[in-house]
Amino acid sequence: MNSEASETSREVASAGGEAANVGLGAATSSAAGRGNPAQGTLARDNPARGAPARGVAARDRGFWGDLSAVANRSLRQLPRDLASIIPALFVPVFFYAVTIGALSGIANFSALEIDYKAFQLPVAIITTVTGLSRAAALVTDIKDGYFDRLLLTPVNRVSLLLGLMVADLTVFLALCIPVVGMGLIVGVDFPTGFLGVLLFMLMGTLWGLMYTGFPYGIALRTGNPTAVNNSFLLFFPFVFLTTAWLPQDNLSGWLSAVATWNPVSYILEGMRSLFVDWNAAAIGKGLAAILGVGAVAQIFAFMSLRRRVRNP
Amino acid sequence: MPPSAIAAESLSRHFGDLKAVDELSLEVEEGEIYGFLGPNGAGKTTAVRMLCTLLAPTSGRAVVAGFDVVKAPHQVRKRVGAALQSTALDEKMTGRELLRIQGRYYGLSASEIANRCEELAPILEMDAIDRRVATYSGGMKRRLDVAIALIHSPSVLFLDEPTTGLDPTSRAKVWEEIRHLNEHMGVTIFLTTQYLEEADELADRVAIFNSGHLVAEDDPEELKRQVGKDVIVVHLGCDATDSEAEALLAGVSGVEHVEVSGSELAVSSSQGAATISPVALALSSADVPVVELSLRTPTLDDVFFQVTGERMEEESRAGAGTSAGTGEEGAV
Repeated sequence: MNSEASETSREVASAGGEAANVGLGAATSSAAGRGNPAQGTLARDNPARGAPARGVAARDRGFWGDLSAVANRSLRQLPRDLASIIPALFVPVFFYAVTIGALSGIANFSALEIDYKAFQLPVAIITTVTGLSRAAALVTDIKDGYFDRLLLTPVNRVSLLLGLMVADLTVFLALCIPVVGMGLIVGVDFPTGFLGVLLFMLMGTLWGLMYTGFPYGIALRTGNPTAVNNSFLLFFPFVFLTTAWLPQDNLSGWLSAVATWNPVSYILEGMRSLFVDWNAAAIGKGLAAILGVGAVAQIFAFMSLRRRVRNP
Repeated sequence: MPPSAIAAESLSRHFGDLKAVDELSLEVEEGEIYGFLGPNGAGKTTAVRMLCTLLAPTSGRAVVAGFDVVKAPHQVRKRVGAALQSTALDEKMTGRELLRIQGRYYGLSASEIANRCEELAPILEMDAIDRRVATYSGGMKRRLDVAIALIHSPSVLFLDEPTTGLDPTSRAKVWEEIRHLNEHMGVTIFLTTQYLEEADELADRVAIFNSGHLVAEDDPEELKRQVGKDVIVVHLGCDATDSEAEALLAGVSGVEHVEVSGSELAVSSSQGAATISPVALALSSADVPVVELSLRTPTLDDVFFQVTGERMEEESRAGAGTSAGTGEEGAV
């Protein structure tokens, strides 16, 4: 991705040898005027000539410095963009309240090991974080030219995307807290204790973060806000063709088959296992599912970034 | 001998069959304001995007601030600033926030950024610097855009149509700031514009760019001198055709060429002062209604016409909201 990383040393090394061969003479078409320099001797690669005239000069901050700079802006944007964040919390909370109110009776005839309120809490978390990202802000940056402004800086290209994800991570953690808090208020119990709560939130957050690759990839490929909004459609099969409403044993027909292959089913099962006891196999499958989907999504996103910054 | 800040050799960018920039070769000295003049769609922005590393050339080579734009884009980026065609500002941020963020992208410390903000105060509207950009006027946004491009003290500044869409007052302020940057801060400025007046006012040298090709390049005065002829401009009370105009003025002494644009005749003459009276008499004798008759020296539009066979004045005038002619003009 960032093939420019070793550029400085390469260029300094080449400045002497290569520069001597670089005559851009016969370049201009004019023959007269004050601005017509003698040609053939002027345009040679020479870093010294490029040095800024005054005290302040751009310098490399390194990857973490660049990431911090990009993330700083994304984080600053968050409080000014609450309109895109609040609904992401409201909808899952509403569904959670309706679902546990209307369908709690399912627990009486299904193969549930846990209370239906606990059964639904991972669904609320996954619904909250899936598809939420700064992709819309990225599209705005692309359309408004701000992304070009970023590309004009020496900032590491990978950090352009990772910086946005830092803001996403912050949002996901912030949204997981009230959802989990709501579960605790309605009586959901975590026999796995505080560590179980943390892992529960971590799995939800990690899933949300991995999934951002899809909207970011679409944003970078299309630069089109409608396409980014429509990427929300991916959310439905991912979240609802799973064990979201019933355990696997109670599903039948094609839905059972799809849910078996849907990685989100394993994420939900892994998170639900924390309401029973520590179950390494369930948690491991859940994390593997997150990382598997995440690998696809993030490869898509970073390939899209590469395509966009590679001078199309 | 001053070194060159920008040099391009046979730089080309093709989009499929479209040759947006074709074999562009130029050199810009350090400390120079280089006007890159051309109509909409000429390929100016494509050229700028290649020179400031946003777009890879299809072929050719360019060195900016001492580094090759393809081989060492990272080094070029550290040394150039650019205010591209659209003011690329995050409208939810304040001016100061954007300057700070931009400074951080270039690795500047907080104190360096604060100092630069002070240095850039003449460009910025300091009263508004802590307001959200969404509340800024077009002119304020453009000036902030330029200030952001200068935060890291670049040696080369690309300004892509910096005054497009601005009112005359804002345009004058931007011009003043461009001169200030060049004269007092020593910044080399590559200025693309479609406004003849802007290129004439600001540029040390002007390159005329049309359909992807550089068709002329020189000091604006020298370019106009090369055209050589005075122009008698006649605003008629009715439209005319080329053939009618030529028939009217065919035998008039001193008339070398007649060009018609709607109700306006542009009569070329090596001796305009001596020719204007015979032209007026010829029109009067033919009962052609004349609204205004004026004599002017050649403009860059005349240069553009000479090298391309087309006029860009109408478009320029429409966009600028002012007369694009910069020759000395006197109504008769």
